Amino acid sequence: MHLAQLNLAHLRAPIDSAELAEFVALLEPINAIADAAPGFVWRLKESESDPTATVRHDYGDYLLVNFSVWESLESLWNYVYRSPHLEVLRRRREWFQRMAEPTMVMWWVPEGTIPTLAEAMQRLERLRTEGPSPEAFTYKDAYTSSEAANLPAAAEARK
Amino acid sequence: MSTDDLDALALLNDPVRRSLYEAVAAGGGDVGRGEAAEAAGVSRTLAGHHLDKLVEAGLLESGFRAPAKKGPGSGRPAKVYRRSRGERSVSLPPRDYVTLASVLADVVDLLGAEEQAEKAARGAGERIGARHAGEPVERVLGERGYEPYEEDGLLRLRNCPFHVLATDQPLLVCSMNLALCQGLLRGLGEDPARARLDARPGECCVALSKTNED
Repeated sequence: MHLAQLNLAHLRAPIDSAELAEFVALLEPINAIADAAPGFVWRLKESESDPTATVRHDYGDYLLVNFSVWESLESLWNYVYRSPHLEVLRRRREWFQRMAEPTMVMWWVPEGTIPTLAEAMQRLERLRTEGPSPEAFTYKDAYTSSEAANLPAAAEARK
Repeated sequence: MSTDDLDALALLNDPVRRSLYEAVAAGGGDVGRGEAAEAAGVSRTLAGHHLDKLVEAGLLESGFRAPAKKGPGSGRPAKVYRRSRGERSVSLPPRDYVTLASVLADVVDLLGAEEQAEKAARGAGERIGARHAGEPVERVLGERGYEPYEEDGLLRLRNCPFHVLATDQPLLVCSMNLALCQGLLRGLGEDPARARLDARPGECCVALSKTNED
């Protein structure tokens, strides 16, 4: 099984504003580190040619979407917290608003499957309303792929 | 107190086992029987015997390294050892600081008090540093469990002393750790900017430039 992750950020200002300029400048080098990271499988990209283009979607303005698939929880964790990405993350308050509700969700997908953004948003909604479960969890309350696979609901979710 | 932990740690009372354990830990990854034997100053056979005892007790893990050459005459894969990920601790009387620290970390998160937490960590670092003024930072960090080593002109830290908390709340704990290291440098009378984030898998998130010139 592979691990899918959706991570939303609420921008403090429009993506093309001066306030976000430093963040936009970091998109290319940091995404390049993700793409080369051990265990990286896939991420949702707006454009193959413009590395600074952020994902366009219908879920509201000022909402930045990071959506990716990894070979394991450890590979994702090592990219997020054990690479130069950590330093960018530390600066998040300069660019993103603090959110009271969860903005990140993970779940297991069969290898070779690329989930849709609509499904990802549903998983996040599920985490927000029902708390962590094998179908929608966080780092702190993580589930292994076998815990997820042994649940009858997992088959339902894979449809 | 867990009897298992006590039994495992008691194995290190033997000086040979202890130096073998330290040799493997200092290797930072897979260490062969021969290398460990050489570092501990004992024969390969004796080293193998004691290393396997440490594996049995769960202090080390073992694996096999494929031979460099393939085909006939290349020999069997070499047995290698690395430090176990699991933690062992013994405290008398029993103490549990991790549970409380983890709750406090959650409180910082709930309050959005990261900046104050970093400020407090910087202050704590300064006080530690001031108590060791004039001592080399390598030694002070070494005594605090960071396991410093040099690589490419940097002083890297092999061990994260806050590992369990850093796994739970990486952003908060790594930020506080950086502030603590910077405060510690200041307390020692050195340039705090020597410490910066340079995270690598399996190690501490902080690295120090060797001198304050760069």
